[in-house]
Amino acid sequence: MAYSDKVLDHYSNPRNVGSLDKNSQEVGTGLVGAPECGDVMKLQIKVNPQTNVIEDAKFKTFGCGSAIASSSLATEWVKGKTVEEALQIKNTEIVKELSLPPVKIHCSVLAEDAIRAAIHDWKKKNGSNEPAPVSAGTQGAH
Amino acid sequence: MSTDVKTTTLEQQFSPNGIKLPIYMDNHATTPVDPRVLEEMLPYFTDRFGNAASRNHAFGWAAEAGVETAREQIAKLIGATPKEIIFTSGATESDNLAIKGVAEMYREKGNHIITAVTEHKAVLDTCKRLEKYGYRVTYLPVQKDGLVDLDDLKRAIDDKTILVTIMAANNEIGVLQPWREIGKLCHERGVLFHTDAVQAVGKVPMDVIKDNIDLASISGHKIYGPKGVGALYVRRKNPRVQISAIIDGGGHERGMRSGTLNVPGIVGLGKACALATEEMAREACHLAGLRNRLRDSIMSRLDEVYINGTMEHRLPGNLNISFAYVEGESLLMGINDVAVSSGSACTSATLEPSYVLKALGTGDDLAHSSIRFGIGRFNTEAEVDYVADRVVETVQRLRELSPLYEMAKEGVDLKSVKWAAE
Repeated sequence: MAYSDKVLDHYSNPRNVGSLDKNSQEVGTGLVGAPECGDVMKLQIKVNPQTNVIEDAKFKTFGCGSAIASSSLATEWVKGKTVEEALQIKNTEIVKELSLPPVKIHCSVLAEDAIRAAIHDWKKKNGSNEPAPVSAGTQGAH
Repeated sequence: MSTDVKTTTLEQQFSPNGIKLPIYMDNHATTPVDPRVLEEMLPYFTDRFGNAASRNHAFGWAAEAGVETAREQIAKLIGATPKEIIFTSGATESDNLAIKGVAEMYREKGNHIITAVTEHKAVLDTCKRLEKYGYRVTYLPVQKDGLVDLDDLKRAIDDKTILVTIMAANNEIGVLQPWREIGKLCHERGVLFHTDAVQAVGKVPMDVIKDNIDLASISGHKIYGPKGVGALYVRRKNPRVQISAIIDGGGHERGMRSGTLNVPGIVGLGKACALATEEMAREACHLAGLRNRLRDSIMSRLDEVYINGTMEHRLPGNLNISFAYVEGESLLMGINDVAVSSGSACTSATLEPSYVLKALGTGDDLAHSSIRFGIGRFNTEAEVDYVADRVVETVQRLRELSPLYEMAKEGVDLKSVKWAAE
């Protein structure tokens, strides 16, 4: 399979690799996917409690190059956005930006799920009672 | 209408220490044609282009002579006689011909076929098709080391069994099935034994008489011969095996396989077998040496690396390893100047990880993390060292990126985690 230049770039120079303190009140952690399915993403956000702006984001991913690129891109995109803005990021935008082929769309779905899961975790820590947001297609995509 | 032809060029470069890149280490998928094989083939495209079935002129005779020499060369490699060699378009056809040919010919005797779950799809899907036509197929499991249990086979044979088809060497994990014992057991029970010998022939010794093999599939391009040519060994006595043709036509190859013979390909296959007869023993030592060097170099520097399948009964050039916490396709991306293959779902069309590794009881997670190295005739020690270095540095880099590695190092039992996608 031929990879797009952007996928290759994120794979070779992944942005924001690492971990934040998952016990911090300001940090939300999303862990999505499963080892049996061949991809697991951990995406973490650090949110400013006054402004709700995501000031930092980190990821670690077990998965193919497209999965690594999707999560790397996701951390780039959420940084500087408010939590509500970050929730608007759609997997289709990731597909477009990275020119993912159809067989790799599930990687983008997983990245969107990871953003939502991280935000959900942060909201839960900070007293929100919203139900867990799961985007359509998560079940079928694996 | 535009006729846009998409081509991928193979650009060759050199590593700092003078190794030609990319390095080919996927010799179970295919092998380059040995220059000595090519040299033998060339006249049969030009001067000796005749149809081997043309019986009344010199062009036909020259082609036929080339074909008959090849038949002898192939027979010699496996201890057969030339008349027992039938030429085909490749091993997929040989497998189809052997299994469907026996199934049809022996339908009166029985309708039961035994195979194993780790067979090549050319065997498995042929058996599946026969099930649609009323045949009964037993798919034997394999043990953790990849080998079939002979007691399982013994129990599976019944009075309706007409054929056992079990591969000699596995294409993914290189594991050598005990084909001599299987053949003995089959003959004791009056059952025919076919073996897909594609990966084994020319790599490890095989003798169809001593090993009680009745039918064996052979491929040209796995043994430094050309693609598009193969052979099927069909035993002529003790017992005399009969098969129905699956391709109808001019009655070539004693009626078993119609179609004008691929003379240059056949000549190439013959030469490849002749070279193997001469060089197999020495080459096996060379390959096993390189393979063990690769294994030791990787395993001495990385933890949580698992070899898939037994090391004891294995093709000398095969190494199949799972690198825990690293996904196979991303690893292939990192070592993009090395041609190997992975059992990861992402590298297959089906999005399922390797069914062979699953059959060994390797978890899906480790199947996704597997890499198959196929070392061949033209690989060198310097290449092996380069590949080992690239693999080690890439695995280390990807583990730094892996949430699973991080969790495992923190002492989290990954099996106890409730994964969101399950």
